[in-house]
Amino acid sequence: MKNPRPNSTIKLGEWLITFFIRAAGYVSILYVTLIILFLLREGLPAFKNVDLSSLFGEVWYPIEGYYSIWPLLFGSITVTIGAAVIAIPLGVGTAVFISELAPPWAKEILKPLVEVLAGLPSVVLGFFGILVLSPFLRQALNLPTGLTAFTGSLLLGWSAIPTIVSVAEDALNTVPRTYREGAQALGTTQWQTIWGVTVPAARSGIITAVMLGIGRVIGETMAVMMVTGNAPVLPEGLNAFFLPIRTMTATIASEMGEVAQGSIHYQVLFLVGIILFFLSLVINVVSFMVSSRRMKRTERLLS
Amino acid sequence: MDKICIENLTVRYSDGAESLKNINLSIPEKTITVIFGPAGGGKSTLLRTLNRLNDLGDVAELSGSVIMNGVNLLDRQTDVIGLRRKIGMVFSRPVTLPLTIFQNVSYGLEVAGERRKPVLQNAVESALKQAALWDEVYDRLQDPANALSGGQQQRLCIARTLALKPEVLMLDEPTSALDPLSTAKIEGLLMDLKNELTVILAPHNTQQAARLAEYAAFFLQGELVEEGDGTQMFMKPRKKKTQDYIMGRFG
Repeated sequence: MKNPRPNSTIKLGEWLITFFIRAAGYVSILYVTLIILFLLREGLPAFKNVDLSSLFGEVWYPIEGYYSIWPLLFGSITVTIGAAVIAIPLGVGTAVFISELAPPWAKEILKPLVEVLAGLPSVVLGFFGILVLSPFLRQALNLPTGLTAFTGSLLLGWSAIPTIVSVAEDALNTVPRTYREGAQALGTTQWQTIWGVTVPAARSGIITAVMLGIGRVIGETMAVMMVTGNAPVLPEGLNAFFLPIRTMTATIASEMGEVAQGSIHYQVLFLVGIILFFLSLVINVVSFMVSSRRMKRTERLLS
Repeated sequence: MDKICIENLTVRYSDGAESLKNINLSIPEKTITVIFGPAGGGKSTLLRTLNRLNDLGDVAELSGSVIMNGVNLLDRQTDVIGLRRKIGMVFSRPVTLPLTIFQNVSYGLEVAGERRKPVLQNAVESALKQAALWDEVYDRLQDPANALSGGQQQRLCIARTLALKPEVLMLDEPTSALDPLSTAKIEGLLMDLKNELTVILAPHNTQQAARLAEYAAFFLQGELVEEGDGTQMFMKPRKKKTQDYIMGRFG
C-alpha cells in the first residue's frame, strides 16, 4: 500500500512540532533569566547608594532615609515560622487521617473539599482575618490590637494546610498496599503501621508537601498585609509575636506604588525583592535536594 | 489432629469480586495443606480471612466460623493483633521493610514490646537459621534488607514471620516472583518447617501444589470442590472438575 502522505511532509511536521516544543522551553528559561537580571539591575545599586549602617540598622523609615531590612526580614520570618508550626502538624495529620484512617465515604468528601480550600483567594482569607479573627484575638488575648504577627501566622497557616494535605495525601496514597499488609501481617497495630512503615515510605512526598506549603506562606502578600498591622518595626522580647509587624512582601506591595522610579527607596524595595527571591530559591533547592535523595532511597527499596 | 476448623464460611466483597461460598474445611496440624485452583477461586480470600487481614478491605458479607484452639477467630472480640502473630503470613512479592536485615526480623518482636537486646539477638538468629538464610547473611546483618536478592528477601520475610513463633504459617504464592533455584530452596524449607508448625500454602501453579501437598483442597470460583490427602488428590481425584484442572484441561 502506498503511503498517503509523502515522507517530506511528515519530516516537516515533525520538525515544526519539535521546534515549537524546544522554543517553549528556551523562552521560559529566557524569561526567568531576564526577570532575575532585571531584579538585580534595579536592586543592587541600593548597596552603593544606601549606607550599610542604614541598610542593616534597626529602623525602616524611608521618608527620612532609614532603610533597614531587618524589621521586614524579621516580620517575614516570624510569620513564616508561626505559620509552619501551625500548618505542618495539622496538615500532615490531616493527610494521614484522609489517607489511612478515614472511612471511604469521608475520604471522598474530604479530599475534594481540601482541594477547594486550596483554591481560596488569599484576599478572601484576609477579609475573614480582619473581620472575624483579629477582633476575636484582641478580646481573647487582651491585646491592644488584633492585627499581629500571630494573626498572620494563623491565617497563613490555614492557607498552607490545604497545599500540605493535598500533596502529602497523594504521597501516602502511592505507598504500595503490600507495605501496609506486610507490616500488619506481623501483628503491628494501625498506629505502628502508619508511624513505622507508611509515613517513612512516603517521606519524600511529605517533605515536598511541607516545603510547598512554606513556600506559599513566604510568598503570600495580600492576606498578610491585611492582618499583620503594617508596622515595620523590630519589637523586642517574646511577646513580639503578639505585636504588629510587616513582612517583606507586604512592604513591597504597599510602597512600590508611591515611590519615584529609580529613587533610592525604589532600589531598596527591589533589594527586598531580591532577598525574598533568594529565600524562596533556598527553600526550593533544599526541598529538591532532600526529596531527590529520599527518592533514590525509596526507589532502591521498591526495586 | 485438626489445627483449624472452617465451618460454613461465606465471604463476599462489596464489588462482588472474589468470594467464598459456604466453605467447610479442616486443616490438619503440622502438615502442609495446599490450597490450589485457578485465579479468582478464593484462595487469597481464605488466607486473608484466617488472619483477619480482610478487615481492612471492603467485605460486604462475612458469616460462618473459623475455630482455632477452641476460639472463633472471626469473633469481634478476638484480639486481631495477637491473632496475626499466631498466624503468620508471607506474600507473593517479598515485602522487606525499609530497615536493615536484622531489624526486619526483629521488627515484629519489637512492636510486640520486646526490648531486651539478647532476647532479640537470639530470636533473630534462630529465625534466620530456621529460614535457611543465616549462612548467607550472618556477616552483614546491618546491611539494608533490600540489598538481598529476591529469593533471599522472600526467605527473610519467612524468617520475619517465624521470629514471632507462630503456630500457623500461611504463604500466598510465595515463589511466583522467584527463579527455580530460589523456589527449590523455599520448598525444601517448607518441608522442614512442617515438622514444627502448620503450613498453609497457596501455590501459583499446579506442579508446586502436587510436589508439596500432604493435604490438599481444590477451590474453584469460590467453592471448595474437593479436599483430602494430597497424594490421592493428585493421583486419583474423586471429582471430574479436579481431574480436569490437574490434567490441564482448563485453568
